Amino acid sequence: MKRNDWKLIGGILLIAVVFLIGFRSFEKREPGKIRVTVEGTVFGEYSLEESQDIPIGKGNVLVIRDGKADMIDATCPDRLCVEQKPISKVGESLVCLPHQVIVTVMDGENRDTDALAK
Amino acid sequence: MKRIVHFGMFTALALIFSYVESLIPISLGIPGVKLGLANLVIVLVLDRMEVGQVYLLAVTRILLAGFLFSNLSSILYSLAGSLLSVTVMYFLNRTEKFSIVGVSVAGGVAHNVGQLVVAMTVLETLQLRYYLPVLIVAGIVTGLLIGVIASEMLVRIRRGNER
Repeated sequence: MKRNDWKLIGGILLIAVVFLIGFRSFEKREPGKIRVTVEGTVFGEYSLEESQDIPIGKGNVLVIRDGKADMIDATCPDRLCVEQKPISKVGESLVCLPHQVIVTVMDGENRDTDALAK
Repeated sequence: MKRIVHFGMFTALALIFSYVESLIPISLGIPGVKLGLANLVIVLVLDRMEVGQVYLLAVTRILLAGFLFSNLSSILYSLAGSLLSVTVMYFLNRTEKFSIVGVSVAGGVAHNVGQLVVAMTVLETLQLRYYLPVLIVAGIVTGLLIGVIASEMLVRIRRGNER
């Protein structure tokens, strides 16, 4: 029965690789822009080229420095968002689940309707 | 009666595993990546309890652990991950084609994927899909770890029962 296990693991691994390649192959090489959404609505979009400090809502602070965005402070209990490394590539994101804040580096086009004004 | 006692024991055990895990400050920085220590209990009882009881165990453990050591929103994600995980593991186990290690791997992956899908739904964004490859690999790794531990434990328990 252990033999089948390896096939299963191999299959799952393959799926993961397929996703990885699929996602990466749609990257564009333009100066990055990030989009911040809070609780499902777009909070703002910022260029990664400009160094700036961005306070977000109830208790998150985002900074942009050297072309990367990083969460440097948060009042949520686990502060996982602060621990995440700075992002700069398309598709990378910083997430604060308790505050429902998402910071993502945008694709070149607005392909997703991932923000709705409510 | 014996079943109720066993159920209580296993639930308490899973709860303690959850607690111990919450004390470990290791984090990959990606939300939802944990060791899944409490899943060890789920994996162990998968063969011995009816599937309804396994679900109940998982839900009870998550609710208790969530209210005691964690917060409401994380309960939601844990529930989603666990329910999918138990479902996948139950069906895989029924086919009798995989050992407990394989089942655990599938469970680990399903757990993470379930959490990601719920996060994407709650936050109404497709952007989180980029986490998929990493979470799948993390699920495989933790599933392997838990599966190997469980399998070793079962071997020793069986030896103990033969005396």
